[in-house]
Amino acid sequence: MLEAYPHNTLARILLWSFAALAMAFLMLPTLVVVPLSFSASNLLEFPPNAYSLRWYENFFGSATWMAALRTSLILGTLTALIAVPFALLACISMNRLGGKTATTIQSILLTPSITPGILLAIGLFFVLAAQRLVGTLFGVLVGHVVLAVPVACIVLLPALARFDWNQVQAARSLGANWARAIGGIIVPQLQLSLLSATLMAFLTSLDESVISIFISSGRNSTMPKLMFLSLRDQIDPTIAAISTLWTAIVVVVVLIVTLRQKS
Amino acid sequence: MKSLPITIDSVSKAYGTYVALDDVSLDIQAGEFLTLLGPSGSGKTTLLMALAGFVRPDSGKLLLGNRDITRLAPNKRDIGIVFQNYALFPHMNVLANVTYPLALRKTPRAEARQRALATLARVKLDGLAERNVAALSGGQRQRVALARAIVFEPRVMLMDEPLSALDKNLRETMQYEIRRLHDDLGITTIYVTHDQREALIMSDRIAVMNSGRIQQIDTPQRIYDRPSTRFVAEFMGEANIVAPGSARRIDGAEASRETLMIRAESFHLDAKLVGRDGVALEGMLRAKAFRGENWLLTLALDSGQEVLVCIPSALAGGCAELATGQRVTAYAPAAKVHAIPGATA
Repeated sequence: MLEAYPHNTLARILLWSFAALAMAFLMLPTLVVVPLSFSASNLLEFPPNAYSLRWYENFFGSATWMAALRTSLILGTLTALIAVPFALLACISMNRLGGKTATTIQSILLTPSITPGILLAIGLFFVLAAQRLVGTLFGVLVGHVVLAVPVACIVLLPALARFDWNQVQAARSLGANWARAIGGIIVPQLQLSLLSATLMAFLTSLDESVISIFISSGRNSTMPKLMFLSLRDQIDPTIAAISTLWTAIVVVVVLIVTLRQKS
Repeated sequence: MKSLPITIDSVSKAYGTYVALDDVSLDIQAGEFLTLLGPSGSGKTTLLMALAGFVRPDSGKLLLGNRDITRLAPNKRDIGIVFQNYALFPHMNVLANVTYPLALRKTPRAEARQRALATLARVKLDGLAERNVAALSGGQRQRVALARAIVFEPRVMLMDEPLSALDKNLRETMQYEIRRLHDDLGITTIYVTHDQREALIMSDRIAVMNSGRIQQIDTPQRIYDRPSTRFVAEFMGEANIVAPGSARRIDGAEASRETLMIRAESFHLDAKLVGRDGVALEGMLRAKAFRGENWLLTLALDSGQEVLVCIPSALAGGCAELATGQRVTAYAPAAKVHAIPGATA
């Protein structure tokens, strides 16, 4: 804790300044798009000369962008709904198996999170192409679930390691089958970790661009894919408006989850 | 409630090269209180977990009454289990913990509540039904765990070192209470402990286990006085294993040719307190210690073997005056001298 530092005013000022600089370095690139998005100009310029909401109107009025937003939100929700239960069951079995078997399963499950995204996308493209699933929402969903499972596992594994397994055995001895023991005993106690895992899985999908670029097409395009394409084709402040909204959504979701965890 | 007998028929279980259960057979009568006693790693908990359904035996059979439960899922066995750490559900209050097994059995809410409250009263927890589990003391948690394990009227109860986390006084109170609960309910109970005193106090019969095998199964008194192996003799208390020839008969008759087990507290220093058919051991006093209720003397026999002699303070008039190095003769009555077949000192 901070109490451990010497009560030296200069040292404290330096420490806080350094922390403030680090925070600024992390936040500024994200925040710089906010004024850009309210610009009245046709170009991305900083600082803007005049302000307007025209780029927000442009975004909400565009059928293409709205379709992409819908796709991204549906994908994110489905990804979380599939990846989190899958990761929970995988983590339970790893926790129970223990030893080398668990380590092997864990390394296989976590591989997608350390494989370069582009390699994963190329591989996935060929697999999905063989199944004629390229260009479908389902194809992208598969890709996002593959990416979200390791993320959810990383959140859930330590939570399960702390969980007292005797409780599950007690529930079983009292007459609960597996489903009821997991649903009634494990899930309520891992609520917070499951919530974090869901959020992380949702954001993984929301943020993912490489797989989307390779697999999605046409009206199945996701927001990040469309953002990349529009940056390449035409640079107008719509992209800044979208980025601002995107950041706002993520901040709100994270805030809600964090506040729930505190209460 | 009708309780059921349990039959354990040649059950074995190995983890890799480690043999946890080595061809264990055991019959437990309906309504009996049987204790599995042994050091850690002796297989007692593995046997309990096999009965509970959490360990699948490699071979052998488990019968509950006439029913083969070897491969039955744990939730279908109707066995109440009290775990060492209680395993209460921290996200439920006391009442919800106790009604949990009833809710799983689709007992109507009102009836479940009434039965849970009655069971809580039985374990002396009236008034704590709405309490949060985290707000309970160790002893109270223990009682909730008991209530939860008996509320659904199981045919058998398994207890895995349930008192090991409690302090000494509370542990002794709970020993009597668990035994009383067993007597009231008449439920077949298998109790696991590594505490020999606890086993002696609570059990109808004790099965002493070591390295995956049952060494001896008998009443507490016979286990204590007539151990069948050296391991049992030494595990149950301060036992002297005396080599053949070290002990002589007081009446001069020919001494036993067998290895003898004599408990430290069986000795007297006064030959008159022991019958003519008793035995005498003579040696040099190596050490003496006053332990409050008794004196502990260490005698070195002429063979070099050390023998522990424990004399109750009430009978130890001369102990304080004994000096180390002096020769002392200890006498034990014939009834307390037990030959261990096949053992060597």
